Amino acid sequence: MELNVLWFILIGVLFAGFFILEGFDYGVGIMLPFVSKTDEERRVVLNTIGPFWDGNEVWLLTAGGAIFAAFPNWYATLFSGFYLALFLILLALIVRGVAIDFRSKVENATWRKTWDALFFVGSLLPALLFGVAVSNFLTGVPIDANMEFVGNLFTLITPFTLLGGIVFVLVFAFHGCLFLSLKSGVKEINERVKAYSVKIGAVMLAVVVAWVIYGALITGILHSVIAIIATVIAAICLIAAVVLQYKGKSGIAFVASIIAILAVTAMVFATMFPNVLISTLNPLWSLTIHNACSSPYTLKIMTIVAVTLVPVVLLYQGWSFWMFRQRVTKNDLHY
Amino acid sequence: MDVVLLSRLQFGLTTIYHFFFVPLTIGLTLMVAIMETMYVRKKDASYQRMAKFWGKLLLINFAMGVVTGIVQEFQFGMNWSSYSRFVGDIFGAPLAIEALFAFFLESTFLGIWIFGWDKLKPALHAACMWIVAIASSVSAFWILLANSFMQNPVGYVMNNGRAEMESFLALLTNEHLLHQYPHVITGAWATAGFFVLGISAINLLGGKQKDLFRKSMKFAAVFALVGSLLVAMVGHAQGQHLVEEQPMKMAAAEALWHTEDPAGFAVIAAIDEENGENTFEFVIPKMLSFMVYNSFEGEVKGIHDIQADMTAKYGEGDYIPPVTVCFWSFRAMVGAGGLMIVLALAALVLTRKENGIQNGLLLKAMGLGIALPYIANSAGWILAEMGRQPWIVYGLQTVYEGVSASVSGTEVLISLIGFAAVYTVLAVVDVYLLAKFGVKDVAISDEAAVKEV
Repeated sequence: MELNVLWFILIGVLFAGFFILEGFDYGVGIMLPFVSKTDEERRVVLNTIGPFWDGNEVWLLTAGGAIFAAFPNWYATLFSGFYLALFLILLALIVRGVAIDFRSKVENATWRKTWDALFFVGSLLPALLFGVAVSNFLTGVPIDANMEFVGNLFTLITPFTLLGGIVFVLVFAFHGCLFLSLKSGVKEINERVKAYSVKIGAVMLAVVVAWVIYGALITGILHSVIAIIATVIAAICLIAAVVLQYKGKSGIAFVASIIAILAVTAMVFATMFPNVLISTLNPLWSLTIHNACSSPYTLKIMTIVAVTLVPVVLLYQGWSFWMFRQRVTKNDLHY
Repeated sequence: MDVVLLSRLQFGLTTIYHFFFVPLTIGLTLMVAIMETMYVRKKDASYQRMAKFWGKLLLINFAMGVVTGIVQEFQFGMNWSSYSRFVGDIFGAPLAIEALFAFFLESTFLGIWIFGWDKLKPALHAACMWIVAIASSVSAFWILLANSFMQNPVGYVMNNGRAEMESFLALLTNEHLLHQYPHVITGAWATAGFFVLGISAINLLGGKQKDLFRKSMKFAAVFALVGSLLVAMVGHAQGQHLVEEQPMKMAAAEALWHTEDPAGFAVIAAIDEENGENTFEFVIPKMLSFMVYNSFEGEVKGIHDIQADMTAKYGEGDYIPPVTVCFWSFRAMVGAGGLMIVLALAALVLTRKENGIQNGLLLKAMGLGIALPYIANSAGWILAEMGRQPWIVYGLQTVYEGVSASVSGTEVLISLIGFAAVYTVLAVVDVYLLAKFGVKDVAISDEAAVKEV
């Protein structure tokens, strides 16, 4: 396999890891105001992701770094082109990170309410914007002959991409519900989560179907066999996850939800391949794994580094999840 | 509005701000790791209290470092996309490696450390903080490797209109990096040392927990002194090296307009950048030659001559960085560094006494001393980055060529205002929380504090 193909796949894997892990973090943030009522309950909800959220976010940083290292032109065009959207994501992530860390440090109702609200917005906004961004990966964006994006923030916002944003919000919210069902040790929270998750799940299925059909009409999903297979897998897993959660089998539902997010990411990357950023102005102006990539030497170095380090990362992150596998109760609150 | 100027302002703002938190994290993780190790080895609970107390402040600082760090990873592509295309083949690798190698370790093991006090054996728990400390230092290595390429490009070939990596080893052994990395790390130790010294002094002034804060002070004094001495020594060698590597930067740092042999050192100067001269200066004769060559003779090139050399080499252009900023930031850095050595020395000698430091004036000085490393760190980076202007990659690309083509001035203005607003609010929150947990909420007596733990 050529190294630029390998790196295309690897970046897909990093994004999948990010969506799977930060997905439930965002979901927990989005569900926070709905499933917890008292201050103690809010703390339980936040502490379910307590030891993990920061490590989960590193998947995004690594994906960004990997794009930079392996496909500098992709990094340059994407990050400068999606400038204001990324700026909003950054602000949201800044606020979100300090919100979870600082909210319980002061015993003042206004202080805590403010940070909780910011944590909610800081989780909702990136979920929405990542959905918009990924939808733009599918449709393509205006890129000129010099690989420069020639639109603005509003070029990125279309009915299809907005729908994609809503898909991401709902999928993450549902995914977060499943995580909470497994991690919360407070009965009241679990009951609310259960009730919400089934409703959100149902709406999610409808919106995802609409997004995929819309996408099949206006993007290249149907041109890739892998994308079609991935879409089918995603659909089956999402339906299974909703049904299983309804039956109270949150554990398997969570696994199904993980596979579904992985499959959606695979669908997006398979549809793009071999492009990394499709130009809507002229197919010849698209960024591809050939014209956007780094030199063979750099790719070789990066491959050695990634092949050595990624398994180690998975190992100790897995260890951390295993160590803190117990449900969070009102007795073990750190945040 | 001028996109280049706005983009530079934003980069300066976000990077200096980020670097308020980085050195303290690097130094304090190491200090907390040592404190906890002492607890594990000596079974002395007061060391555990120290680890917990300083750990709490570390976490507040760490959170700020993490969230402002995300911006760093993204803004090269956002604001400097032409630069990113030009050097991505080289520059992206260390950033990706930094995330894979260091960020994952830091975030995961800090998470385990926070939540694992009751779940892990003490030695394993302490080991988690060691991993965080080492990962922070490793993280600095990779990002400084990237910065060193901007300062002193090595190991590349020009190919396909961009700089491509030719030798990874050359990047790892970039002479700029070999000077810069120890300078940053030892500066970080000093930062943490003065932080712990200062907060301890303020608490001792308030008569709080004499046992905890005297012990902390004794420990921090060593850290502060070792850090301040090393950072000065390494910095001196770095300066000597820079005279060869980036003569313009050093000439600007000394406001040396004309080549002199032997060269004098201007302690202060009134600089007229327009006419390229100093209207007033107080000079110690031969001193600059001594600083550069360890000998009272030797030619040091002046700005005008270097400008002529660079014009011959790179074509017409203005290769003179903002001299006033370079001159005074250099003096701020060195001045703060000198005060740090004096203060750390005083702290070390006096904390060895039976009752610790009793002198209120000295304790107050240490409280204020917290600011010194921050001044030195910021001034040092301002010199390093402003002194390389107009280059974004020294000798290869200017900032004007590196800026994003598809981002408008309005867009950068929006983000600049946004970042400035959020960062200002967060600065207030950060200081408030540090004051609360570092001073205000601290229990009066050691006995009461023991019960809290």
